[in-house]
Amino acid sequence: MERTRFYIQFLFTLLMNCRLWITRGNPIYTGPGKYLCLPGLNCYSCPAAVTSCPLGALQNFMATLRINLQMGQPFIGLYVLGSLGIVSSIVGRMPCAWLCPFGLLQELLFKIHLPKLPFWRPFRWGRYLFLILFVIILPFVLLDQTGYGQTWFCKYICPAGTLEAGIPLLAIEPGLRRMIGGLFFFKLSLLIGFIVWSMVTLRPFCRAVCPLGLILGFFNRFSWMRLHFHQERCVDCKACYRTCPAGLDFSNGIDPINSTSCIRCLRCVSICPGGAVTVTISKIVQEQKQHEQSAENSHCHQEQR
Amino acid sequence: MEKIKRYTPIGLTIISILIMAAGILMGEPGEVFTKAVTLCLSCIGLG
Repeated sequence: MERTRFYIQFLFTLLMNCRLWITRGNPIYTGPGKYLCLPGLNCYSCPAAVTSCPLGALQNFMATLRINLQMGQPFIGLYVLGSLGIVSSIVGRMPCAWLCPFGLLQELLFKIHLPKLPFWRPFRWGRYLFLILFVIILPFVLLDQTGYGQTWFCKYICPAGTLEAGIPLLAIEPGLRRMIGGLFFFKLSLLIGFIVWSMVTLRPFCRAVCPLGLILGFFNRFSWMRLHFHQERCVDCKACYRTCPAGLDFSNGIDPINSTSCIRCLRCVSICPGGAVTVTISKIVQEQKQHEQSAENSHCHQEQR
Repeated sequence: MEKIKRYTPIGLTIISILIMAAGILMGEPGEVFTKAVTLCLSCIGLG
């Protein structure tokens, strides 16, 4: 299961970044793929990126949403929210574990042999702060001299932007190097900080910062695909807790199994020796199957008679 | 209550499809495209 997940993650990273012919003067892809918002943290200013980042798009909508301004846009990001809603209402936060390029990077960094540190649980509230403040409120409320807001999360926080766009663009376009200033060094130090943190703690960005993961995670409790914990089958070995990249402890009832932090990697499902963690696609589908099964059983029973 | 819970996932998917369709009708994909193909240097920490 883990190997399959790695290959799928790797494949999606390649698919999202499959522009191989990068030239000077034309640093970013401008083809039709950029109409698509795929649920993964992948900066659309990356020279290789062929799709759009939903978080960047959402901030841009917030920054340009001006009802009383002539040049303002009436868009509130329905297209982005709807596309995220479709995916997450079916599989919840699964894209975080199965297709996010930045998630893949963090998992690879964690494989480096170094002493590991536990994740301090109150940091999880940071995701709410970054979503509400940096993605919604600040881009909408604080205006620059042109009368528009700014993409605060991209500009001041996002390490994926520095890694995938800032550094490669500086390498490709020497003319941009004169633009390096305090902001770039601040973002570079944030990126280095997250890289070091990822080496000692599993997926710290996803757990403490990522607003996109939080949006997808809201649907975990209501999605078609849901995890179930069967207490009676649990042998209390704690294998699920030790393997969980989100550090969820549902066997003790500390966290709900479909918590917003769960990234649906399904490690707990495959590792549990007692089969105490199961996954279902939909209650309706499940009931339909049960109904068919019982109908089949009664039919066999009648034939035997 | 159980019935509401049972149909919540499909309801959410339908609502999401409708929201997305409304966004498409309003021309939001074009706006996403325009922003994504315009290199914003300050957005990536340059400038």
